[in-house]
Amino acid sequence: MSIGLKNKHIISMRDLDRSDLDLLVETAGAIEEGRIKPDMAGRIAALLFFEPSTRTSFSFDSAMKRMGGETLLMKGTGSTSVQKGESFSDTLRTIERYCDIIVMRHAVEGAARFASEVVGLPVVNAGDGANQHPTQALLDLYSIKKTHGTLEKLKIGLVGDLRFGRTVHSLAQALAPYNPEFYFISPGFLEMPEHIKAELTAGGVKYTELKEVDSVVPELDIMYVTRVQRERFADPEDYERLKGSYIITLDTIKDAKEGMRILHPLPRVDEIAEEVDASPHAYYFEQAENGVYMRQAILSILTGAVK
Amino acid sequence: MKQLKVDAIKDGTVIDHIPGGKAVQVLKILGGGKEATVSIGMNLNSSKLGKKDIVKIENHELSADQVNRIAIIAPTASITIIRNYDVAEKRKVEIPGKIDNITHCPNPNCITNKEDIRTLFDRYRGADDDKTEFMCHYCERIYPADGLKIKVG
Repeated sequence: MSIGLKNKHIISMRDLDRSDLDLLVETAGAIEEGRIKPDMAGRIAALLFFEPSTRTSFSFDSAMKRMGGETLLMKGTGSTSVQKGESFSDTLRTIERYCDIIVMRHAVEGAARFASEVVGLPVVNAGDGANQHPTQALLDLYSIKKTHGTLEKLKIGLVGDLRFGRTVHSLAQALAPYNPEFYFISPGFLEMPEHIKAELTAGGVKYTELKEVDSVVPELDIMYVTRVQRERFADPEDYERLKGSYIITLDTIKDAKEGMRILHPLPRVDEIAEEVDASPHAYYFEQAENGVYMRQAILSILTGAVK
Repeated sequence: MKQLKVDAIKDGTVIDHIPGGKAVQVLKILGGGKEATVSIGMNLNSSKLGKKDIVKIENHELSADQVNRIAIIAPTASITIIRNYDVAEKRKVEIPGKIDNITHCPNPNCITNKEDIRTLFDRYRGADDDKTEFMCHYCERIYPADGLKIKVG
């Protein structure tokens, strides 16, 4: 079942077709339910976090260790020869001798694509600057599949900073093959970029753009919340005026459908009030757990441990 | 009164209908015209373009690849091959599917601006077919063709 992705890379959602997405989501589910037990004993994943990220690196680390594999974890460049002036490609060509798969986060956009062209191993992009973060989008897909039993024809609200948030871009691309109906809810200057909207239109995906969330809550199957960051606002008064529009409280979701679930890539700051955590709609911590199953699926499929 | 602004050539290539001011970029994209004799007319009146540039390259016939490179910055250009003062051939420019190591990526945070590696752009087809846009193979940012800066070569 893993013929399509074995020895390949996961760099961008653009590289994955619907059959790849279905395979990854199904495999994550089978791993969580214990129907598949990938054996990664003797395999090593190098987790190269040139840009530190606690959650994503721990999630990959946990995924590898739960399958009996081992990890080499690098955080930042302080203790490496990168600081001594070694070229990026030399670093990669050396590290590939030590491991079976490379997981990489880097502040520079395109770094993971470049790495995949330099080394002879599978490379997983764990975030490259403002560009892509495909494993987040994949765990989001898996979370949505778990909460609704399907990915087809769902009404999905993306809330907050849709301009700079790479997770919402990747998620919109990931869901596009499943006939979603999107609601993009953001302040005007943080709206979904034109090229993403153009791609969706070209794929026949419907979307509606809104400035506030309340009116659309009863429609939604999924509310995907991201933070509106204070530093994005040129005028602090604008931030103070608008921030309340994008903070989700129990009152915001009082008319939500029973099955509506709230997702968030975390870390949360104040965009979802803590009172929401106990609501049956809250799903963001389970979502983080789902990240481990999805990353187990990714690591085991790319290395060929799942056959 | 009509006036010939750029002399006719005996053998070579005439690139006409270049948008005004872009002749130098066209030469850059062709490799700088280091050896051939090149005449340039800039900002000539044009009924189609308002202002146009014209480039004449003596004793050199452009290859299909070179013609297509021109399309990146001058999609309106017309190419005429001259042999013994006569028009031997007219070639249309076609926008290429890929731009391989000809332009810089405008994104300062793109790996191609941090490491010494080639650039690569793929033609990007969004909802609007009329736009000529390219996506960086590495950082995946999308730029209009005329927003890509030609590498000096």
